[in-house]
Amino acid sequence: MSAPKTCPMSKDRVVDTYFMEHRAKLIDLAAFLDRFDRADGDDSGDFRMAALEQATRVLLDGQPHRAKRILELFSDPTTELPQDAQGTKGASGAYPLTDGGE
Amino acid sequence: MRYIDPHIHMVSRTTDDYQRMAQAGCVAITEPAFWAGFDRSSPKGFFDYFRQLTEYEPQRAAMFGIRHFTWLCINPKEGDDPGFAREVMSIIPDFLDKQTVLGIGEIGLNKNTKNELIVLEDHIGLAEKHNQLILVHTPHLEDKLKGTRIIMDAIEANASIDPGRVLIDHVEEHTVKEVLDRGFWAGMTLYPDTKCTPQRAADIVEMYGNERIWINSAGDWGISDPLSVPKARIEMKRRGHSAASIEKVSFENPRTFLGQCPRFDVE
Ligand SMILES: [Zn+2]
Repeated sequence: MSAPKTCPMSKDRVVDTYFMEHRAKLIDLAAFLDRFDRADGDDSGDFRMAALEQATRVLLDGQPHRAKRILELFSDPTTELPQDAQGTKGASGAYPLTDGGE
Repeated sequence: MRYIDPHIHMVSRTTDDYQRMAQAGCVAITEPAFWAGFDRSSPKGFFDYFRQLTEYEPQRAAMFGIRHFTWLCINPKEGDDPGFAREVMSIIPDFLDKQTVLGIGEIGLNKNTKNELIVLEDHIGLAEKHNQLILVHTPHLEDKLKGTRIIMDAIEANASIDPGRVLIDHVEEHTVKEVLDRGFWAGMTLYPDTKCTPQRAADIVEMYGNERIWINSAGDWGISDPLSVPKARIEMKRRGHSAASIEKVSFENPRTFLGQCPRFDVE
């Protein structure tokens, strides 16, 4: 499926302008996963790593709106509201998937 | 070229930042009331903060030719205690007559709790009663999508509030379309790590248009960049966005939305 052509740059210019920046970000991500592997501890339980793994699949699916879909994947899908936050102010960046995902 | 940074917390920034922003073309800023990084121990702490926002900060900005306007509220991060929040809200009407106050903000949700929603609804009522513009903070990260929808529902439940007088800030790719489709204004925050980058802000303008949308730095006491609005302008320019479109999202749109309050008389 091809996306509407809303970017004013040509594909060549997009690559010329942004390739190095995103090459570096991809290597950062690879190094982060390597670091995680090299660290001691349990490697199966963290919901953030599970969400990250699911998100990386979106990168390669060839469909539009990858950023939007990855943001949705990291979002709380529930609709109920807790009474209070029990002192919590921060956010973790992902939501524990109750169905176990893929 | 001139620009407006419509969301920045200058009480947390140095005077050098004002100087650099002025050099980069900033002519006006608006500063929503926000969390200080710690909870204030009493409503008196807010009284002093509101004085700082309405009396001291405009003078500091004026030294660099920058107009300073503000928004008042108890922010969502301290809004999980409705009793305390109501005490703070009771002092807000005394400040609404100040010449640089534009409205109620930044109100919204943080952890999407029932208590926060009660306080949000009270703020919406306060804005309605005093016919104020509203600036909305949407939650962070995994809480944003759910919280943005709850906030829009709460505002729409108040039939007399025109969504064209409400700006929903910190939109990203998964919330911007719904915000605009429901008639609200949308703000994109250029904040390292947790919100938009200048590149993604330019992407969003390309995908969703330049109507009813603005960009801001939300610079505060965290890792943030008070020059991110001019950086986004440079990003749009290098892609080939027109000068008129760049001016629209970084000057004309903020001026149009904020100009709904007659006090915002920036030319
Ligand atoms: Zn803010």
